[in-house]
Amino acid sequence: MRAEFPESIVLNTKDLSVGYGNDPIVPDISFSVNKGEILVLIGPNGAGKSTVLKTLTNQLKAVAGTVFIEGKDMQELKNSEIAAKMAVLMTERPRTERMTVEDIVSAGRYPYTGLMGILDENDRAVVERSLEMVGMLQEKNKDFNAISDGQKQLTMLARAIAQEPDIMILDEPTSFLDIRHKIKLLGILKKLVFEKNMAVIMSLHELELAHKCADHILCIGNGRVDRYGTAEEIFDSNGYIEELYGVEKGCFIPEYASVELGKTEGEPEVFVIGGGGSGIPVYRKLQREGIPFAAGVIHENDIEYPIAKALACKVVTEKAFMPIGDESYEEAAKLMVQCKKVIPAVKQFAAMNEKNSELISEAEKRGLIWHGL
Amino acid sequence: MDNRKTRFLIGYIVLAVLLAALFVINLWAGSANVGFKEIWDIILGRSADSTAAKIILDMRLPRLLAAALLGGCLAVSGFLLQTFFANPIAGPFVLGVSSGAKLAVALVMILCLENGIVLSSGFMVAAAFAGSLVSMGFVLLIAGRVKKMATLIICGIMIGYICSAITEFLVTFAADSNIVNLHNWSMGSFSGIGWDNVKVIAITAAFGLICAFLLAKPMNAYQLGENYARSMGVPIRAFRVALIILSSLLSACVAAFAGPISFVGIAVPQLAKALFNTSKPIHMVPACFMAGASFCLLSDVLARTLFAPTELSVSSVTAVLGAPVVIYVLIKRRKGEA
Repeated sequence: MRAEFPESIVLNTKDLSVGYGNDPIVPDISFSVNKGEILVLIGPNGAGKSTVLKTLTNQLKAVAGTVFIEGKDMQELKNSEIAAKMAVLMTERPRTERMTVEDIVSAGRYPYTGLMGILDENDRAVVERSLEMVGMLQEKNKDFNAISDGQKQLTMLARAIAQEPDIMILDEPTSFLDIRHKIKLLGILKKLVFEKNMAVIMSLHELELAHKCADHILCIGNGRVDRYGTAEEIFDSNGYIEELYGVEKGCFIPEYASVELGKTEGEPEVFVIGGGGSGIPVYRKLQREGIPFAAGVIHENDIEYPIAKALACKVVTEKAFMPIGDESYEEAAKLMVQCKKVIPAVKQFAAMNEKNSELISEAEKRGLIWHGL
Repeated sequence: MDNRKTRFLIGYIVLAVLLAALFVINLWAGSANVGFKEIWDIILGRSADSTAAKIILDMRLPRLLAAALLGGCLAVSGFLLQTFFANPIAGPFVLGVSSGAKLAVALVMILCLENGIVLSSGFMVAAAFAGSLVSMGFVLLIAGRVKKMATLIICGIMIGYICSAITEFLVTFAADSNIVNLHNWSMGSFSGIGWDNVKVIAITAAFGLICAFLLAKPMNAYQLGENYARSMGVPIRAFRVALIILSSLLSACVAAFAGPISFVGIAVPQLAKALFNTSKPIHMVPACFMAGASFCLLSDVLARTLFAPTELSVSSVTAVLGAPVVIYVLIKRRKGEA
């Protein structure tokens, strides 16, 4: 068994059931993570992502099954052996008293220091590099309680890095961070994966970020591991994300990994002549104002097509790369007259969308152009 | 880094000077006037037979050693508990551990006195240790159910009151001529501690201090929280048990010989942390010990001399000196949280 074990796998589970006491919240989890790979756990609140991560980090006893680290049963490893291989970043922030940023990061050297925990030259160099990597070297003498939430999270990440692990496990590391710190934190993780060949397992709530940094995604929902696959496999299947999270109104656009709020339902009151992205700000504005609208004529490969689909009550479309045909034109013209208000958003016309220009002329002739927005 | 090292060095020097000065003051101050030169001669054994020598060697010296050692134990015990509960106002007195020890000692003392058995000091420590472990058990039981620090502290204070009430009851109805002594002790006092007691205290203190020092590394990790500590390889269960037993032993030793002494366990670690501007256990264990020793020497000399010949209970002096520190910490915390 051991001889066949692929060396690139750093962590894997076999028939793992996680939960509290004897009640499994998520049963039968089997997956493996390779060196240099990012695995992201997604799923609705309360689905059990944290429970899975707590079990992987030995904070919680598995209900059944086994976690293997480099092929060895985790339960048979000593705490100190696990600590030299795996570092964690949890949602809880330490409540410290008179501890500097450097003190916190230095604590990460625990598995490597002697009886009294005194850092040697090498330990200090590692702490320094870890601080440098997260960009907190300048703040190393500041009190941990006196820095911002984003800086606190970076400090905790530096502590994990100073532990020099092969596997890093992070529970919602980007929650409560501003966009700059979210990007920075994920950038650092990417760097660790590329440069140190580290394996990263983390849960994320921001799907757009999960989409962009995950090699593999583990979907936890409906009381089980719902799906496992590459980011493309998970996100590109139509309507899956909405199903996983039980989204009833609004949607997730896989192409842009963007989240859209629910469309305003009803008879369309405004017709937007869009195309090439020019309609997007208009759609958003109408959506915010709560005005139901229709849009057209938009090519199926147009940049704004997914957003128009998500937000408009009705979209008149044309096939990709085809000039707008009479059929679509007629449909749009009819809808335009019904709406009584027309917003010409598109400004550029060429062979493909000449008919949209005609639509605008028609609207002008009938006095339908609306400037009220 | 260098700045911090300087700060630590200054901290140690301040504490050492303070400790040395208070040693001298405690030897010198008192109703019997003994000059510095005479004290010096007595210490060197040049005038061993005088009354003054008796006062210095058999009364003041053991008393001040006991005050210093027990003060140090109490402060270290407080620091361990503050680390354990991640609570800056935890301490053996507020958590009811001291009172539990006191109750057990009172019980054993009265039983022995009534049956004409002379108590050895080792046995007293053992009784106090048992008592402090029992009340610590109650505190831990509560801590498992309530996560809020304030609730935990209030529960600890309640346990303390219950134990104190029972002790008072026992002392009031104990029929023995030694009751005066018992009464003094139950209020908190360093008086009447002899050399044989000091020996037991010194052994316990040395043992406790060394163990606490050896726990400095896991304590440092534990300051980030239990889960982080575990993830760094701290054997949590063994560590927690060691911390509890050690802090109980240290505060039990104090309760056995000096009765309940309030606020040293909370206030002194806070003062030491402020002086060193750190909570690193490797520095805080020795610093708390030195600061606790100084604090109790100061309190004891004040208790003896302020209204001489009437002697105050040392606990009332430590309360007056220590309570403001605790109030200050609480106010500062509120601000930090807001």
